[in-house]
Amino acid sequence: MRCAILGSGNIGTDLMIKLLKARELDGPLDLVALVGIDPASDGLARARRMGIEGTHEGPDWILSHADELDMIFDATSAYVHKAQAQAYQDAGIIAVDLTPAAIGPKVIAAVNLTEHLDAPNINMVTCGGQATTPMVYAIRRAVENLPYAEMVSTVASKSAGPGTRQNIDEFTKTTSTALREIGGAENSKAIIILNPAEPPIMMRNTVFGGLPEGTDHDAVIESIYAMEKSVQEYVPGYRLKNQPVIEEGPYLTPGGLVPHRAVVLLEVEGAGDYLPPYAGNLDIMTAAAQRVGEAIAGHKAAQNEGASK
Amino acid sequence: MTTTAVKADYRLIDSTLRDGSHAISHQYRMDDVIQIVTGLDRAGVPVIEIAHGDGIGGSSFNYGFSAVPEKELIAKACEVTTNAKIACLLLPGIGLADDLREINEMGVKVARIATHCTEADISEQHIKVAKSLGLEAIGFLMMAHMNSPEGLVEEALKMQSYGADTIYIADSAGAMTTEDMKVRVDALVQALEVPLGVHAHNNLAMAVANSIAAYENGAKNLDGTSAGLGAGAGNCPTEILAAVSSKYGIETGVDPLALMDLAEEVVRPIMPRAQVIDRAGLILGYAGVYGSFLLHAERAAERYGVSQADILFELGRRQMVGGQEDMIIDVALELARKHAEAEATGGEA
Repeated sequence: MRCAILGSGNIGTDLMIKLLKARELDGPLDLVALVGIDPASDGLARARRMGIEGTHEGPDWILSHADELDMIFDATSAYVHKAQAQAYQDAGIIAVDLTPAAIGPKVIAAVNLTEHLDAPNINMVTCGGQATTPMVYAIRRAVENLPYAEMVSTVASKSAGPGTRQNIDEFTKTTSTALREIGGAENSKAIIILNPAEPPIMMRNTVFGGLPEGTDHDAVIESIYAMEKSVQEYVPGYRLKNQPVIEEGPYLTPGGLVPHRAVVLLEVEGAGDYLPPYAGNLDIMTAAAQRVGEAIAGHKAAQNEGASK
Repeated sequence: MTTTAVKADYRLIDSTLRDGSHAISHQYRMDDVIQIVTGLDRAGVPVIEIAHGDGIGGSSFNYGFSAVPEKELIAKACEVTTNAKIACLLLPGIGLADDLREINEMGVKVARIATHCTEADISEQHIKVAKSLGLEAIGFLMMAHMNSPEGLVEEALKMQSYGADTIYIADSAGAMTTEDMKVRVDALVQALEVPLGVHAHNNLAMAVANSIAAYENGAKNLDGTSAGLGAGAGNCPTEILAAVSSKYGIETGVDPLALMDLAEEVVRPIMPRAQVIDRAGLILGYAGVYGSFLLHAERAAERYGVSQADILFELGRRQMVGGQEDMIIDVALELARKHAEAEATGGEA
């Protein structure tokens, strides 16, 4: 499948490096271009050095090359994606959206990877959403019902770009929605904190789940450990920093009074493809997008094979 | 523009119903709000801040759930006040711009938009929304001891450029000496076109002295809380600030005796414990740790059988910033594991 990445910033460039590595290993995605808007961008120069097109002509380049593209990864901003999403769809290009624009169905790679393989636009939620929704889902599948879940994401200041900073509400709202829609919580809250410590801290994520009366606590813990393994399949640096714990309340949550809460303390170390390992927030996003792109490519290939038989 | 009946030399903002919320684990009841707003309003306090301790939207597992939904409390404060303006605090990343629209409808007049002292650019969206609603917008830089005077000026200028009417620095860890305060206030007053304010904590017993020093160096707004009720070892006590200001001949426009009555008769009776500088409170100031961590660390220490002091020191060493209460559990678990490992190997615990 021929694809391009739109956005030559940190996320776009990191994804480029991942996709080119995978192409060498005969992966299904054929990355042909990195498309930005700044001719002087470091990412574009790197794209040319790595032997693919590096252009600053922005979304116009994508639309004028629609015949040569099957899929794009959009790593621009929610505003840019919202403005262009319909045009990509009209041009027959599948869009994997790494911004919090939330136009297409949300996909969390470890939870609902195969649910929307025919959608023209797929939303990757947020980095914090990719890190924490799997754990909310892990708690949910071990309980009768999950009245309330919460995530707290702390990222190093250096790894939070201007897009995140100018529009921090998009992050919390989109993430919180994912905790309900995909994680399975009835109520939710998302919090993001920036920490400027030097050397930069690793991305940290904490998940709290309100456990109703009668919950099998051992089953919750077991489910959390199993989910850690599932996410590690595509994000090797994803790990439980401490053992998950069940704390006794009671807690007066927005979903009602619960006797206990589960606390899941996560750390995400990046693979260091473009930015240093502390920027695990970028890594989990690009690794998840790659996994979704490959799943779509596999699905389309199977469809074509079926059609040609 | 702000005007009060009496010409005051600085504007006093009381945060008993916001910062004080930390000290009572966010358990304010409707009746507390009615009594405290009434008392502050009668004493002539021009601005009263109310919200969850961690700002609007702070009710959560991470910071503690509010006993009464904060928006009901805020609406009541707006209803009860006669002269005082009602203010709310909001931390981008915790509260939303939509919350500002809601509180504006209730009659709130002042929005304080707070960020860590190096992250002012996450306040742009919220300051602009506050201004577009016609609210007074105050940019509030927390943990100001962690940034240099020049660094604070850079961040404050960003907030000013977004439209902030006033800039505050908060000594959230109560970690500043008077000298630390003076150099920061001095640099900011020189660089800013808008007025400066200072929010002090008392972990090093410096809150009143630092507030007076801030005024003498050009700060035009000072924060206090009744009886010092607040995060850590508490805030600058409003009634003491008013009394000391009066002794210095600084006109506050408020009645110190009425504030003393409020502290004694209304606030002290609802305090779960006296606001004193015990070991844990002092460590916050000494190690530069966010004041709101105090009670969370106390609970985690008890739950996991480790020392509260050790937790607080470790949080300081890791340079944790306001809002990272989840890391208290992380640190407590690590300390407990280290103790267990040391015992298993017969080493020193």
